[in-house]
Amino acid sequence: MTVQTGIQPISAGRRVKDRAVQVLVYLAFAVAVIPLLSVLWLVVKNGLKRFDVEFLTHSMRNIGARDAGGGAYHAIVGTLEQVLLASLIAVPLGLLTAIYLVEYGNGGRLSRIISFFVDVMTGVPSVVSGLFVLAFWVLVLGMSFSGFAGALALSILMMPVVVRSAEEMLRLVPNELREASYALGVPKWRTIVKVVLPTAFTGIVTGVMLAVARVAGETAPLLLTVFITDSINTDPFHGPQMGLPLYVFDQAGRPTDTAIDRAWAGALTLILIVMLLNLVARLISWWRSPAKRGS
Amino acid sequence: MAKQIEVSDLDAYYGSHKAIAGVTMTIEPRAVTAFIGPSGCGKSTFLRTLNRMHEVIPGARVEGKVRLEDEDLYGPNVDPVSVRRTIGMVFQRPNPFPTMSIFDNVAAGLRLNGRFSRSELNGIVEESLKGANLWNEVKDRLGKPGAGLSGGQQQRLCIARAIAVRPQVLLMDEPCSALDPISTLAIEDLISRLKLDYTIVIVTHNMQQAARVSDKTAFFNLAAQGQPGMLVEMDETSKIFTNPAKKATEDYITGRFG
Repeated sequence: MTVQTGIQPISAGRRVKDRAVQVLVYLAFAVAVIPLLSVLWLVVKNGLKRFDVEFLTHSMRNIGARDAGGGAYHAIVGTLEQVLLASLIAVPLGLLTAIYLVEYGNGGRLSRIISFFVDVMTGVPSVVSGLFVLAFWVLVLGMSFSGFAGALALSILMMPVVVRSAEEMLRLVPNELREASYALGVPKWRTIVKVVLPTAFTGIVTGVMLAVARVAGETAPLLLTVFITDSINTDPFHGPQMGLPLYVFDQAGRPTDTAIDRAWAGALTLILIVMLLNLVARLISWWRSPAKRGS
Repeated sequence: MAKQIEVSDLDAYYGSHKAIAGVTMTIEPRAVTAFIGPSGCGKSTFLRTLNRMHEVIPGARVEGKVRLEDEDLYGPNVDPVSVRRTIGMVFQRPNPFPTMSIFDNVAAGLRLNGRFSRSELNGIVEESLKGANLWNEVKDRLGKPGAGLSGGQQQRLCIARAIAVRPQVLLMDEPCSALDPISTLAIEDLISRLKLDYTIVIVTHNMQQAARVSDKTAFFNLAAQGQPGMLVEMDETSKIFTNPAKKATEDYITGRFG
């Protein structure tokens, strides 16, 4: 057997393997993107039919089963309020949990238990969180259906996503920065607030936005907690509200074409809201990034 | 400003692993003390015990005494944060805060510790940057990110940041090992100027550097792999490099091992 040495051309076998893997990667990419694009395309195409000023400014009150017109204003208000409330609950809790896990837990018993339950929570089906709030908040405590009850259910779904993403971002902050801060005589909590969090800020914002996007489209938990209404209810603490996912679900279940069109337009609105929120988050991170401020 | 450090019979552990054993030494004020020795002999660990940075690592602990003049740094009521405010540290790799500008980096130690007026901060930042020999290079771009400087400039920025809080002792853990010869020279010049005001302790792998900048040199070694490191001898730098008392020191300095 001779051992070949020296500089040689790429062997035919490696060329073939390289091609094959390349084709496979592109194919996988296409398979992943095609459904995404087709969903987006369908929603835009069908949604634009009813995506007008009336749709964005009117509710479904006094709109009969066969009537055209009507809108999703009540649902938009509801979704924004519910998601905002859910974020107000889940983001601070999730962030503090992540800070505990990374900065104080040291891989101890408690932090491993928390980690485990966060993982479990990630896997909780959204209906279950809705059922939990229904059973505990509405049935046991006797509270009414409300946007806040929906926000509670959504925050249960949001929290583990926020914890996991914030945890990863905090772990990416190099230890050297913490040590540099300690060596200046800065206490640990100030180091976390002034050095660690700002460094991880962009990533944490992205993680929060992913969590928001995830819960903004949840239907099942809202169905059990927010209920459904055709009227505008801007008070998230009292009485049934609407949400865009509920609106889509409700309208899509009706037998008329006008209702189906409204459902598509509702879906389009939801996608646009999530995209808009993402854009805002990007702007915030860009505005906060040192690269921009430095120039 | 500068104070003397006295260490007596100090052991440092990582969990159950004993990293250094029985170190006793006196570090003179207004002088540069260099720690040399092979990798893993515990010289960096020992350095970190001097300002209680060692215990930042989970599971790490220290036994023994470190005294700064009359104060026991490991006394029961001593706040490690105040120890670190008194004994500053510069690390092996330059680590400016990436989210902060050059100005904010230097002001970080002050801002994070208390309230200072803008004009006070301006004065201290300028003075510290001049002290770190960086002022002329950055005075026109104090608002730019500190991470945008070259490696040598970043390290001088870190030194400026460390001296801005007016410590009494400055610990340097291989401050030049990530730098090119010209930046190294700049830092070494800086060290010889800083020793007029501060007690300086420097860990280095570069024996020429130890010979160039230090007044006293301490040689650390470990008996065998896995054994704790210990202080072999400490003396005037000129004596250590020309006529060391111990055979191991001579072997190390002449390059026979390590």
